[in-house]
Amino acid sequence: MQNGSLISIENLKVYYKVGGVFSKKVVKAVDDVDLQIKRGETLGLVGESGCGKSSLGKAILRLIEPTEGKVIYNGVDLVKLSARQMREQRKHLQIIFQDPYSSLNPRMTVGQIIGEPIKTFGLAKGREVEERVQELMEAVGLSRRFVKRYPHEFSGGQRQRIGIARALALNPEFIVADEPISALDVSIQSQIMNLLEKLQAERKLTYLFISHDLRAVRHLSDRVAVMYLGKIVELASAKEIYEEPLHPYTKALISAVPIPDPEIEANRERIILKGDVPSPINPPQGCRFHTRCPFAIPECSIISPELVEIKPSHRVSCIRISKDHPDIKENAAKGLGVV
Amino acid sequence: MSMKGDTLLLVRDLKTYFQTEDGVVKAVDGVSFELRSGETLGIVGESGSGKSVTSLSIMRLIPEPPGKIVDGQIWFNGVNLLELSPEDMRKIRGKRIAMIFQDPMTSLNPFLRISTQLMEVTELHLGHSKKEAYQHAIKMLDMVGIPEAKERVNGYPHEFSGGMRQRVMIAMALSCDPELLIADEPTTALDVTIQAQILELIKDMKRRLGTSVILITHDLGVVAGMTDRVIVMYAGKIFEQAPTRELFKRPANPYTKGLLRSVPDPAHEEGKPLYQIPGLPPDVAHLPPGCPFAERCERATAICHNEFPPFVEVNSDHWSLCHFAEEVYKESSRLF
Ligand SMILES: Nc1ncnc2c1ncn2[C@@H]1O[C@H](COP(=O)(O)OP(=O)(O)O)[C@@H](O)[C@H]1O
Ligand SMILES: Nc1ncnc2c1ncn2[C@@H]1O[C@H](COP(=O)(O)OP(=O)(O)O)[C@@H](O)[C@H]1O
Ligand code: SF4
Ligand SMILES: [Mg+2]
Ligand SMILES: [Mg+2]
Repeated sequence: MQNGSLISIENLKVYYKVGGVFSKKVVKAVDDVDLQIKRGETLGLVGESGCGKSSLGKAILRLIEPTEGKVIYNGVDLVKLSARQMREQRKHLQIIFQDPYSSLNPRMTVGQIIGEPIKTFGLAKGREVEERVQELMEAVGLSRRFVKRYPHEFSGGQRQRIGIARALALNPEFIVADEPISALDVSIQSQIMNLLEKLQAERKLTYLFISHDLRAVRHLSDRVAVMYLGKIVELASAKEIYEEPLHPYTKALISAVPIPDPEIEANRERIILKGDVPSPINPPQGCRFHTRCPFAIPECSIISPELVEIKPSHRVSCIRISKDHPDIKENAAKGLGVV
Repeated sequence: MSMKGDTLLLVRDLKTYFQTEDGVVKAVDGVSFELRSGETLGIVGESGSGKSVTSLSIMRLIPEPPGKIVDGQIWFNGVNLLELSPEDMRKIRGKRIAMIFQDPMTSLNPFLRISTQLMEVTELHLGHSKKEAYQHAIKMLDMVGIPEAKERVNGYPHEFSGGMRQRVMIAMALSCDPELLIADEPTTALDVTIQAQILELIKDMKRRLGTSVILITHDLGVVAGMTDRVIVMYAGKIFEQAPTRELFKRPANPYTKGLLRSVPDPAHEEGKPLYQIPGLPPDVAHLPPGCPFAERCERATAICHNEFPPFVEVNSDHWSLCHFAEEVYKESSRLF
């Protein structure tokens, strides 16, 4: 395990069997991912829908059973734990979902929803539970007056606050935030992003922030992992991912993000990728991006690239990029093949 | 055909209300704007602000009941659409004004082949024979970038990905070469690389066919890159209206200003907390007497809570609904 990492993911695979009992088809939703999440950081996880972000996030908490690999937390491999041992660990490891509504019991009041984990884990009793609930509501910006109300009486943004309060109830160390702002309006998104940052500072939380909104990820994350068809293709600081992306997929992704500034938009060169993301049931051989990559050469459909360090703390998975030749555009112009 | 720069669409004091259990929802309440020929007009606003109801009113597709266009005029090339018989409106809808939606499946029939659905449109509006319509369908699919259009034209909607379906929708919408295309959140459900493809396609189609476009979106980035002028809606009202560059550079309305400041901008990321507009969007069925934004506005004074604000022209073609429009505008001019 690397120094300073809270969670270390090793060779993680999440495969789903699809197409009935006798089918041999599998979706390789997460395919051999290595990733360290450092204590106190926000690691952003971006990629287009279906690339495996939620599967990865849920597999860390074993809300989905990993097919293979390790998730090491505090020196313990979570994958090896019994259901009972895992339940204990869940106190420290929580998740917030995109659609808080579907994850909140409609027949429970807000007070009951937030109080439930406190009671089941025996963290407090009686009046103390109520006090903790009220504290949590305050921390996430919900008025104490709402304690007896039901989820349907709230707006999307308020429901997300309830979901966050519930996730915080057990004082976790680590939170997977799976698209927590995607369903919200712009003005509410900024409220929730600020709330997540405030809570992180106050409670020393570590986040895995999953989103397809690259602007939000840029804003919230310290480091960013870019995922494509079950694999991490680039990993670097948020600033570098945005300002000097190296992988052709990351470059395209960043260039596709509309910037709220008409003058910048008017002069931007946009890389428009052709076609759709291929099916994860039969992903392309070699580099999974080669069917859409503007720089693909014949070798790309044969060799599976490894995620290697190209610059300090900046890893990329592409056979046309190396330490000595980090700029793929330049490499292509010079006629360099595999570098 | 109208000439470039002429007024193609003129909406005057449009009011579309809904009768609900909760009272009358004034979904669109006194909206006026103009669209010039060849122009792309953006309509932005948070959910429930009245963007879709505005466009459905133009199309005369408001479900009645519970909805009703209670007042206003919608002049399209000199004809008030609100005075047309349903029969005459049908001749315009799909032919001269076409619309695409966030979810293409709302306008595609899952049980019919793509060819059948595309052919219906041109058989009805352009009097195409079956053969002509079929050829035209292939031509349109090809134009919007569907690979192997000749084969795919015989497919069913579910055989297409989300992005491809949106292309089919665009092909259908443009198949009669309409003067106006209304695109209601056409890329909201799509991934960002697919969004970039579709936006590029809309731009390209516009260049080739000269179509005027109303683009509805909640994404200020999309507005920045796609539009000539912008309307900002809030609670059924137009809060601000301006040429796009001017709006981003010198917003004259506190709501617009707040919105612009609350979007993370990767090009100017400073690591500071985002500006946040406090509170929640209002309940349109129970609006307060004054400015609908007053409760959330950092600038509001007593007058804002009591009196409905004026729509002020702060610069040519730049309007803001605010008691302090001039001041906010001046501050913006200094700030940027
Ligand atoms: N329970 C499941 N059974 C079968 N396939 C699944 C299941 N959950 C997810 N998948 C598939 O796995 C891939 C990754 O999904 P997901 O992790 O949800 O991606 P993301 O969160 O990036 O959108 C997709 O192709 C998806 O259809
Ligand atoms: N069929 C309907 N019945 C009742 N209310 C409606 C109906 N359609 C829209 N509304 C209301 O009108 C308002 C504006 O809606 P809409 O134009 O769809 O907003 P948006 O800006 O998100 O497109 C909302 O308050 C919405 O609830
Ligand atoms: S390995 Fe080849 S296909 Fe993959 S990103 Fe690099 S150049 Fe493109
Ligand atoms: Mg997901
Ligand atoms: Mg809408």
